[in-house]
Amino acid sequence: MTTRIGVVVFPGTNCEHDVVRALGIVGGVEAELVWHGASSLDHLDVVVLPGGFAHGDYLRPGALARFSPVMEAVTRFAADGGAVVGICNGFQVLTEAGLLPGALQKNSGLRFLCTTVGVRVCTTRTPLTAASEEGRILRLPINHFEGNYICDAATLDELRAEDRVVLRYTDNPNGSIDDIAGICNAGGNVVGLMPHPERACDALTRATDGACLLRGLIAVGDRPAPVTA
Amino acid sequence: MRFDVRVEVRLRPGIADPQGATIERALPALGFDGVDGVRVGKAIRFAVEAPDEAAARARAAEMSDRLLANPVIEDAEIDVRRADNAPTAATGVGAPR
Repeated sequence: MTTRIGVVVFPGTNCEHDVVRALGIVGGVEAELVWHGASSLDHLDVVVLPGGFAHGDYLRPGALARFSPVMEAVTRFAADGGAVVGICNGFQVLTEAGLLPGALQKNSGLRFLCTTVGVRVCTTRTPLTAASEEGRILRLPINHFEGNYICDAATLDELRAEDRVVLRYTDNPNGSIDDIAGICNAGGNVVGLMPHPERACDALTRATDGACLLRGLIAVGDRPAPVTA
Repeated sequence: MRFDVRVEVRLRPGIADPQGATIERALPALGFDGVDGVRVGKAIRFAVEAPDEAAARARAAEMSDRLLANPVIEDAEIDVRRADNAPTAATGVGAPR
């Protein structure tokens, strides 16, 4: 079965076409763009919140986007076990919306970072990492000012104990607690990450380490439907 | 009644504040010694209609909780005063703006 993937577009989102193109290159999937005013995502298997500056990042990244109509649908979709992935600004939106714990604050060095970093896959229990291997190191682009993940000690203990740290930087670029580059919710179906896998999928760029992550999303339609409580 | 509200949003104690740290490091270079505890926040000002000051404060607190501050990393301090130099019960004179 072909996996139906929706890529949410807020005013100010700017990585939606990169994600759609990368999904096409990696798996021949025709992902669809979903405007932030959408009220239902029921026809989809996977929802991606791509990078950019949703609502201009005014006030705080994700602070206004979380009140976009589509976020109610994303919340329901996630509660039903649907696969949700927030990349960069999408990760910030998911934390503001309370779908993932913690927050992303300014990089410790106060610099906007646009570079390529190493990240280690720490668990394969999420749809994003299901086609990769634990311990595998990927070279992925980052492109952010607010990527410094922070949470309280109790939350960090929980993330570690429940195998919810999905990706860790091999050489922490932004001050993130415990080198965290990506986390998931308790169910493992909602994932947020700061690196941009969609920008490392085309052989033309000689960077293709992101492809294994998108392959995991493309395979969601092939896996049995998630069992929800 | 109209109230002027000022919400100061700042990082909670214990949360690293790289902007504050950078400013603190810069000050001695300009001859400002003996400064510590620099924290950077933002001030959000608006006017609100409410029956009384308590109601205005309650509305501002709700706005702060839902939107203006991220309670995971930020605190908000709310200042409310009667707008437009209207006499206040407390002082009988116009509140400074």
